[in-house]
Amino acid sequence: MRDRLPSADEVEKQLGEAARIHRVVFASDGISGWDSGLINFLRNVIKLCNRRNIEVDNSGLPEGAQRLLKLAFAVPEEATGRHVEPPSVLKYVGEVTLDLIHGAPAMVRFIGEVTLAMGRLLRGKAQYRRSDLALVLQEAGPQALPIVSLISFLVGLILAYMGAVQLAQFGAQIYIADLVGIGMSREIGALMTGIILAGRTGAAFAAQLGTMQVNEEIDAYRTLGISPIDFLVLPRMLALILMAPLLTLYASLVGMVAGMLVAVMAFNVDMSEYYQQTLSALTMQHFLVGLSKGVVYGTLIAIAGCLRGMQCGRSASAVGKATTSAVVTAIVFIVISASLMTIMYQKLGI
Amino acid sequence: MSSEAHIRVVDLTMAYGDFVIQRDLNFTINRGDVFIIMGGSGCGKSTLLKHLIGLKSPKKGEIWFDEINFWKAPPREQEMLKRRFGVLFQSGALWSSMTLEENIALPLSEYTDLSEREVHEIASLKLALVGLAGFEQFYPSEISGGMRKRASLARAIALDPEVLFFDEPSAGLDPISSRRLDELILEIRDSLGATIVVVTHELASIFAIGNNSVFLDNESRTIIAQGDPKMLRDKSENLKVRAFLNRGKI
Repeated sequence: MRDRLPSADEVEKQLGEAARIHRVVFASDGISGWDSGLINFLRNVIKLCNRRNIEVDNSGLPEGAQRLLKLAFAVPEEATGRHVEPPSVLKYVGEVTLDLIHGAPAMVRFIGEVTLAMGRLLRGKAQYRRSDLALVLQEAGPQALPIVSLISFLVGLILAYMGAVQLAQFGAQIYIADLVGIGMSREIGALMTGIILAGRTGAAFAAQLGTMQVNEEIDAYRTLGISPIDFLVLPRMLALILMAPLLTLYASLVGMVAGMLVAVMAFNVDMSEYYQQTLSALTMQHFLVGLSKGVVYGTLIAIAGCLRGMQCGRSASAVGKATTSAVVTAIVFIVISASLMTIMYQKLGI
Repeated sequence: MSSEAHIRVVDLTMAYGDFVIQRDLNFTINRGDVFIIMGGSGCGKSTLLKHLIGLKSPKKGEIWFDEINFWKAPPREQEMLKRRFGVLFQSGALWSSMTLEENIALPLSEYTDLSEREVHEIASLKLALVGLAGFEQFYPSEISGGMRKRASLARAIALDPEVLFFDEPSAGLDPISSRRLDELILEIRDSLGATIVVVTHELASIFAIGNNSVFLDNESRTIIAQGDPKMLRDKSENLKVRAFLNRGKI
């Protein structure tokens, strides 16, 4: 097998040329050693002969080879597996569409269950451990600070630079403060925080719950009559709903600092002037708009992560799929809700 | 063991969507039985267990616990009934983010009025009963597979259940650990007076602990034999069952 496998093509050619062959006999007198390459060759030759109704006599083969061939041609006694053939393109499109249609009620049911769990929480009847909530809060909030800092600083920097290049043409560099301040507080802070949380925390939720599904840990809760929605989903929902707006606020402030550094260092704007301009441009309303988006994104990310985790199959690859699906679902939710809220706030004049 | 019926399965058909796994299952598990659900790989043993423990609803048929028709009972009654079960899952299914003590304490603190100290004491006791005294503060990832199975058994018996379900208890265990677990199952049956239902195809375990059984068939998709496993091994008229219980030698 180390060099190359012998091919049955030559035999096929000879069988095709010969007028009528009724029987093929193997003689292995000259063979001193053999490996799976020989068995593979013999198997192909025997299949070829079977197709052409040619009798095969393998009594001349080494005994070990005869045994292996017998095993290779043994018919399984019973088949219990369910092999699913890959579908055609048309069938695949149909299946994906049906999955989407069937998936919608599952999502609505999940949101309903979470809403009921929230109701139980408010009435003090939800079953969950406060220590779990504290742990998820820690993971979703403070532990996300470094990456939120880095991304929002760089985004603030880019926003300021892009704007400043244009504004400088009119000598209006000072308005970088307005652009960055309003942009970060109303939109970009929440959006970047949402995308970071979707990739970081939402994916982690899906992976954690998916792995628990694989390990039958969620079944163990159910058989004890403990609601996995209360026990596992609720702390995660709460953590993100609380942490996303706080991180949004933090991201907006970091972005504004980055904008100020660009304005001061690259466009000769005075620092106190920039500070005053930011204060005059920003109102509480801008921050409230950003915070409201933070709450919505946090909720959507938690729903996407927990939903995909709870829907996870029972294999390692299913956990991977659940994680990917959680991130994609969360980002789609975020972009759709961002568009809707921007239009809505515009119409309402907020 | 008594002849009083504890669990009755009546005309049960199990399916995933339109794919029928097993149909028309009828059998009775008596109080105090060690009842074995056996059959070849992929025949639906674990699926039957999921139906019995309330994780999967039947396509057709009924499951009775004493005088309660489980799948027709209101959700509240189903939840109450589940608290009378203990389940040992194939993988152990210990909650990985909790210590062994917390795993056992959770059902106790959710469903009893015991004080924190009492919960701690009972959790320690249950761990001691399965030979894991001193491992209270260990996490599931810090102990061996056999210990995880025993810890999971300790959690399953936390609420002194009436029925204990075991899904492939010997899977992944060495022969000695497997035998110890069998002995432990019998000890618990005798001391708690619980009814035991075991899904397995480990012949040594089947003959060591089982006093009643059903054999699920892959091809006909229904029960083809029921009774004492030793009797089925020696006297079953069904050759497939005898072959299975004699490792292929009839």
